[in-house]
Amino acid sequence: MKIIVCVKQVPDTSGKVAVNPDGTLDRASMQTIINPDDLNAVEAALQLKDETGCEVKIVTMGPPPAEGMLREILAMGADSAVLVSAREFGGSDTYATSQIIAAAVNRIGVEKDDIVMCGRQAIDGDTAQVGPQIAEKLHLPQVTYVAELHKTGNDITVKRMLEDGYMTIKVKTPCLLTCIKELNAPRYMSVGGVFEAYSKPMDVFDYNALKDDPLIDATTIGLKGSPTNILTSFTPPAKGAGVMMDGAEKADCDKLAGMLAAKHII
Amino acid sequence: MDFHLTKEQQMLRKMYRDFAENEVKPLAQEIDEEERFPMETVQKMAKLGMMGIYFPKEYGGAGGDVLSYAMAVEELAKVCGTTAVILSAHTSLCCAPIFEHGTEEQKKKYLPDLCSGKKIGAFGLTEPGAGTDASGQQTTAVLDGDHWVLNGSKCFITNGNVADTFVVFAMTDKKLGNHGITAFIVEKDFPGFSQGKHEKKMGIRGSSTCDLIFEDCIVPKENLLGQVGKGFKIAMMTLDGGRIGIASQALGLGEGAVDEAVKYTKERVQFGRRLSQFQNTQFQLADMHCRMQAAQYVVYAAACKKQLHENYSMDAAMAKLFAAEAASDVTRRAVQLFGGYGYTREYPVERMMRDAKITEIYEGTSEVQRMVIASHLGVK
Repeated sequence: MKIIVCVKQVPDTSGKVAVNPDGTLDRASMQTIINPDDLNAVEAALQLKDETGCEVKIVTMGPPPAEGMLREILAMGADSAVLVSAREFGGSDTYATSQIIAAAVNRIGVEKDDIVMCGRQAIDGDTAQVGPQIAEKLHLPQVTYVAELHKTGNDITVKRMLEDGYMTIKVKTPCLLTCIKELNAPRYMSVGGVFEAYSKPMDVFDYNALKDDPLIDATTIGLKGSPTNILTSFTPPAKGAGVMMDGAEKADCDKLAGMLAAKHII
Repeated sequence: MDFHLTKEQQMLRKMYRDFAENEVKPLAQEIDEEERFPMETVQKMAKLGMMGIYFPKEYGGAGGDVLSYAMAVEELAKVCGTTAVILSAHTSLCCAPIFEHGTEEQKKKYLPDLCSGKKIGAFGLTEPGAGTDASGQQTTAVLDGDHWVLNGSKCFITNGNVADTFVVFAMTDKKLGNHGITAFIVEKDFPGFSQGKHEKKMGIRGSSTCDLIFEDCIVPKENLLGQVGKGFKIAMMTLDGGRIGIASQALGLGEGAVDEAVKYTKERVQFGRRLSQFQNTQFQLADMHCRMQAAQYVVYAAACKKQLHENYSMDAAMAKLFAAEAASDVTRRAVQLFGGYGYTREYPVERMMRDAKITEIYEGTSEVQRMVIASHLGVK
């Protein structure tokens, strides 16, 4: 049994957000972090490893410096990593990204008792599309918004957290799960893990490594293969100071209702 | 000289920093106020392999290096001086002498539990009448068949109330002076051993400091550490290493105070301007940062020399002297920049100032460090 965890290096949005003239994020000038939901997926995989002794493999697509992120996850306890990196893959939107990652997962191979895990969504695009699209392209059953999971044999019982409640369902491996922060608290790297991280195996899948997969086609990868076009990116203007109103008379309420109606709120 | 950290060291610094911010900082004020030993933090550090950072894996350590250990103490001290000294005393004063002077059997018996954090370590040298003059040991050890019998007491023992394993020094032949001192490994359950009252302190109030009492304490013969009469040498060599730990603690305390002062002076407004806009504030912070940056270089250099098995005795003394005096100065200046608020417990800088003072005193006062440095210079 192995667990393949798909992760993404994202800009640290708690710092400065920079945008290129073409509307895309200027990632080079921003600090990066591991996407928070992806860390919950990593932790879930490592907990299953602690229980069952299974293998945990990490996959990411990104430029060569993304290796640093992979080494950090190896220092948390993952066994091996794959960096999917090629100029041809640059500028991919969620559709193209999921094509490429699905091809990478195909190359690794998904066996009967394997699980693919992703974070729910990345904090840069907030689309929550890549995980489900990978599942579709790999023809795997998918369960999104996983807040709790238990594995017994090839059955996984999952509690999904939805906007208006929970849904508990059972799914058989192989499958793909997208994880949310309520699932667990990610562990820290360990000191011993850090000293082992650079001796653990890390493969690089470039264009040549994946080009023979039917999912990889010039029309489905990279900027050209991305149906999404960003028209413009901008920093929203800061909100102005709010209006404080006092009073409990009918006239005050009428005034408030009038203001809300003018803004089409009511 | 290479001033760059390895990739592993950079990764560790990030890990230590995350851990300190999320797990240690939130408890720092509480354990100071309540004089409470943060056992829950020690257990978390143990889980991460922080209790045996630079010892080989075969003895349960993480297989790291001395600088990686110094950086751990530094990052902890940035947010909590207490947690930093718990790690420093455990590692430098108990694990290190057993690793460096113990027999293979002793290393295999004691180090795995200490490095995994299952057990906490401490060091018993200081006595009421033997502080800076460590040679004035009154505690005695007499060989009686297959065991030693220890009598006497130790004081100001860091981790004293919580430790399970102690490296203790006692006089085996008073006539020989320093050459009559011998080191032993003592377990807390040995008959005749007890721990005394908790010492109330000015700073590092969450750390456990107490007396150790030996009343016909039975120590098995195989728990002799090193050789009979070599205890004073073991103590001095251990303190050389310990000074790197305390220098790292001082370094972190000073750096933490600079971080707090930078943050505060950018927010606090007086006379219609942020404090950070006043030239006095800028000059103060520049001086404070310079001192701590210089301290970091001298501390890291000492740690690297120890790692390379070079003679680092003078480097450790310089690191501790410089970092401790820098930390005391910088934390005091931080309180001054905060003004009245800095004097209250609403902000951490008063705690940092109290914590910093001890770094000029324990594991050799600043005066002792000057003696060590002068003697290396051949100044007599």
